[in-house]
Amino acid sequence: MSLIQIQQDEKIRSTVADSKIQRAVYSATARLKEKRSEVVSADALPEYQELRTQANLIKKHTLENLDFYLEEFEKNLTANGGKLIWARDGKEVADFILGLAKERGVKMLVKSKSMTTEEIHLNDHLEAHGIDPVETDLGEYIIQLAHDRPYHIVAPAVHMTRLDVADVLEKNLKVEREEEPEKQAMIARRTLREKFLAAGIGISGGNFLVADSGAVTIIENEGNARLTTSAPRIHIAVVGIEKMIPRAQDLAVFLKLLGRSGTGQLLTVYTSFLSGPRRAGDADGPDEFYVVLMDNGRTRLLADSEKRQSLYCIRCGACLNACPVYRKIGGHNYPGAYSGPIGAIITPQYHGIKENPWLPFASSLCGACAEVCPVKIDIPKILLELRKEVVESRAADSDSFAERKAFQMYAWMMRKPKLYALAGKIGSKLAGLPGLTSFGPAAKWARTREVPRPAAKSFRDEWRDRKKGGR
Amino acid sequence: MTSREQILSDVRKALGRTAGQAPAAQPKARIVIPTIAVEERVRLFQERLEVLGGKVHRAATYADAARVVGGLIEGTAVASNAAVLRYAGVTAMAGVSSGYGDEPSLRAACASAPFGITGADYGLAETGSIVTVGANEARLVSLLPPVHIALLSKSRMLTGLDEFYTLHPRPALASASTVFITGPSRSADIEMILVRGVHGPRVIHVIVVDEELI
Repeated sequence: MSLIQIQQDEKIRSTVADSKIQRAVYSATARLKEKRSEVVSADALPEYQELRTQANLIKKHTLENLDFYLEEFEKNLTANGGKLIWARDGKEVADFILGLAKERGVKMLVKSKSMTTEEIHLNDHLEAHGIDPVETDLGEYIIQLAHDRPYHIVAPAVHMTRLDVADVLEKNLKVEREEEPEKQAMIARRTLREKFLAAGIGISGGNFLVADSGAVTIIENEGNARLTTSAPRIHIAVVGIEKMIPRAQDLAVFLKLLGRSGTGQLLTVYTSFLSGPRRAGDADGPDEFYVVLMDNGRTRLLADSEKRQSLYCIRCGACLNACPVYRKIGGHNYPGAYSGPIGAIITPQYHGIKENPWLPFASSLCGACAEVCPVKIDIPKILLELRKEVVESRAADSDSFAERKAFQMYAWMMRKPKLYALAGKIGSKLAGLPGLTSFGPAAKWARTREVPRPAAKSFRDEWRDRKKGGR
Repeated sequence: MTSREQILSDVRKALGRTAGQAPAAQPKARIVIPTIAVEERVRLFQERLEVLGGKVHRAATYADAARVVGGLIEGTAVASNAAVLRYAGVTAMAGVSSGYGDEPSLRAACASAPFGITGADYGLAETGSIVTVGANEARLVSLLPPVHIALLSKSRMLTGLDEFYTLHPRPALASASTVFITGPSRSADIEMILVRGVHGPRVIHVIVVDEELI
């Protein structure tokens, strides 16, 4: 076992033991789950399953023909007066933004919520080069001030209480302490309003890239994304290549699913469909409009037709709320920007399975994630695929030698019924001894689990007796 | 190899496709428009928007709508360049400024006015949304002032998203920016407690006008 795994184990245990975090995450996810269930019920949305099937079909088709749609998007965006930047990885994204900022003399920029820029640690890159990126989504802003990282795809500060927020605002903004969320939000509104109006560049993510329109679609509730994309002279949208859909008309399907699955809203407060810089006669809007299309590991997933569906994700966060493991271990114990079931399948695929081999195992395979996924990604199936890859890649490793031997022995014994029965008898006696799970590998296993007491009579014995008794 | 060439080549290699190859047949777009009578659409729109904390008013004519606006605003207001606001007489009302030709003055006006008044190109009954398409709606008017007032013609009340995307299958043809606004700005980022007016308006009034636009 590697040092990283041991540290992760410690971290997970401390999260599970932290009653404040447990309460915050459990109640927030319970509420999001409940709100989602209400608006996708058969009464509220009879066509829900049909929409999911259609969304899945569109994503499948788009990714199977992705090169065509990437080029179509480029052609249409360019015709609208926008510029397309292709980026192989996070460094190329950062280099482009740094270069443009330097050329235009921009020292401060505003950002709306973007998991893609979290994924590539864009803020760290910018800060290292003297550019000040200001997060403007309320939760992200608090997280940035606290030097923390997002805990949930749609609710980044879900692990903090209002008292934590009061501390963060008081300490960082030198304002009078406020413990009411409403007043805290107004402090952020005042502070960030000045930033919006002064920033030279606005950076957003994008929920959908629309090929037939050369447009980026952004959904949000606060208005910070609209401000980010409207107030500064330059708008840069950083979006993963997998966010493509063929037509604007397909949004009729995706928008109905995204708000409902994420927060239980029929639509989020603002849906912006942005297709280029301001046009002649427009009263406002950016003079320059860039879309940065980022790969960063995504093309690696495309080759496998089964695992390709990991790229269908529209980042609603419903699988996090549904997942018993996420709700227990929280968002910070997943490596990378994406947590929960979707993080467990995309992080190892983007960055390689060897980096975080434990991740595909952080699931009970209960299937709750697949059930709520609006684009029908079969997450448990992909987890199993990845587990297989992990096991295969570790088969040669010396530290799994004992495990391999144990399974070989088990397989051998399974083919010998008499021997199996005898071993079962001995095993059940041994397992009943209290000291057995106090040390060695069994102790580690038993730390977070109840050791089941073996039944007094084995199933085999019971079966035989019943047959004898004629039942 | 440029990044563009590299990414396209990686994608094609993964998919077994070649440059310039046509895509497989697209799945048919799913557009389903329900039949809902106009008055029922207005009722549904009102119900949906008011659940979100928005307020819906009714007016028989645009002149009536201007009177509703007069009753809502106090102090100054900034109006967009929507033709309907001129027609209604809103732009001529005391305290209402509009027709900003340059962006800095528009920005300054929006940043200080307590009220922003716009038209709405469409309403979406199923979601309680208003839609702005087109150049005459400055983005900042519906965004910076703490109260947003919008005038919407009843004849532009659509059933929902599907009907909108039938009328505008490619919204980019009409405008660089198409926005759906569904209620006042909100956040639940702190302890899941609802807060209105985080960055955008905390109050939204929509005045639905019976009079047909000419």
